[in-house]
Amino acid sequence: MSLAINVLTRSLNVFHLGGSACNNCDIEILDTLTPKYDLERFGIVLVGSIRHADLILLSGIFNKKSASRARLLYEQAPKPVVVVAVGGCACTGGMFRGSYNWDHPVKDYIPIDAFLPGCPPKPEAMISAVVKLIHTLRGKKQ
Amino acid sequence: MDYTTLLLQFVFFPGFLFTAVVGLVTSWIDRKVTARVQMRVGPPFLQPFYDIIKLMFKETIIPSGSPRLLFLSAPLLGLSGATLASFILWRILLNPGQSFMGDLIVLLYLLTLPAVAAILGSFASQNPLASLGGSREMKLIIAYELPFVLALLVPIIKAQSMRLGEILAFGSLLPSASGVLALIVSILCMQAKLTLVPFDLPEAETELTGGAFIEYSGPPLGLFKLTKAMMLFILPMFLVCVFWGGIHFAGGWNSMLLGFLKYIALIVIIVLIRNTAPRVRIDQAVTFFWGPVTGMSVIAILLAFWGW
Repeated sequence: MSLAINVLTRSLNVFHLGGSACNNCDIEILDTLTPKYDLERFGIVLVGSIRHADLILLSGIFNKKSASRARLLYEQAPKPVVVVAVGGCACTGGMFRGSYNWDHPVKDYIPIDAFLPGCPPKPEAMISAVVKLIHTLRGKKQ
Repeated sequence: MDYTTLLLQFVFFPGFLFTAVVGLVTSWIDRKVTARVQMRVGPPFLQPFYDIIKLMFKETIIPSGSPRLLFLSAPLLGLSGATLASFILWRILLNPGQSFMGDLIVLLYLLTLPAVAAILGSFASQNPLASLGGSREMKLIIAYELPFVLALLVPIIKAQSMRLGEILAFGSLLPSASGVLALIVSILCMQAKLTLVPFDLPEAETELTGGAFIEYSGPPLGLFKLTKAMMLFILPMFLVCVFWGGIHFAGGWNSMLLGFLKYIALIVIIVLIRNTAPRVRIDQAVTFFWGPVTGMSVIAILLAFWGW
């Protein structure tokens, strides 16, 4: 495992990209930063600017208008960057799949490293997903 | 002294490497205490080091249309200012005989360089939010520099000297009323110089999403973060030297421990202010610094003149 990957997994700065989500996933995402779960233990903090991001968190459906914007934001992020889709909507389109403004699942626009289904997923599930993602990232470069 | 020794001192001890390591450890203390105040566990000890090293491996994006040279040299300007300030301060602290005429004024200018670098960088990044952060930083400098300079006049009047070495030799100002007032004024100015809550207007995570540093990524952002951590070490140390008698290395372990405790006390005050105050508006900040704080520093100067 290279030093670059080692420090990247120890200091993931998360950029939360909400694609018109219903707020349930957003609330559960913020839950992981509250005192009970406290993801800052693993160096995970939220950042406001895409230029500071190491991990892009997608939530909600990305429709005909917003999917290309999400692609633009992904291109503006400094590489290496990890993308995680949180919730049923971001993973597959969820209950909005096939509606008039929906085109493709967001994975057709952005390469996604981890899918985290659930409506919404529990904070425990998110932490478990983060741990699995970190293990995978470290394993990849061995 | 030959130049090789001087260069080695500048790079290792007491220059860049020493300041960076102690500054990052101090920023860990800041984050850990903040987490404990919020009933959280907080980040591990090496977290600030991971953050900086990670940024060194990331891609650097230069916004289209921005002046490349200015955009990339601004973080270096801030870092060199902070390093030089720490170098001069520690050389005098370790050996007061190396003090030169007007070194206090040199330090005052060098400690402003990181803020100037943030302004230059934010205007070079061609982003409206960054420009807003830069203009706020500029107004904040205008606001806090006046009371800060006035407060520094108190030790100059007391020690009858502009040399830091002689101010250190004069000892602590705290028994006097003017010294206490000047220290309170400079603690408030230090909070604004470090752009910590309640004066974190230039960055303002919730409204400007990173403000002055919004377009920075990779190594330049890492240098800005490193500069901030170093300033968290240098500024309290500077105040300890000027107002509180400094650290005496000649007097054995007890006096060294006492000096270290003074530094820790200032850090605790900074962290507690940061965790208990909400952010102010820029007009409130300017009114606060030019009104009550400047008034307090003027009273401190008058008391110092009367020998209090």
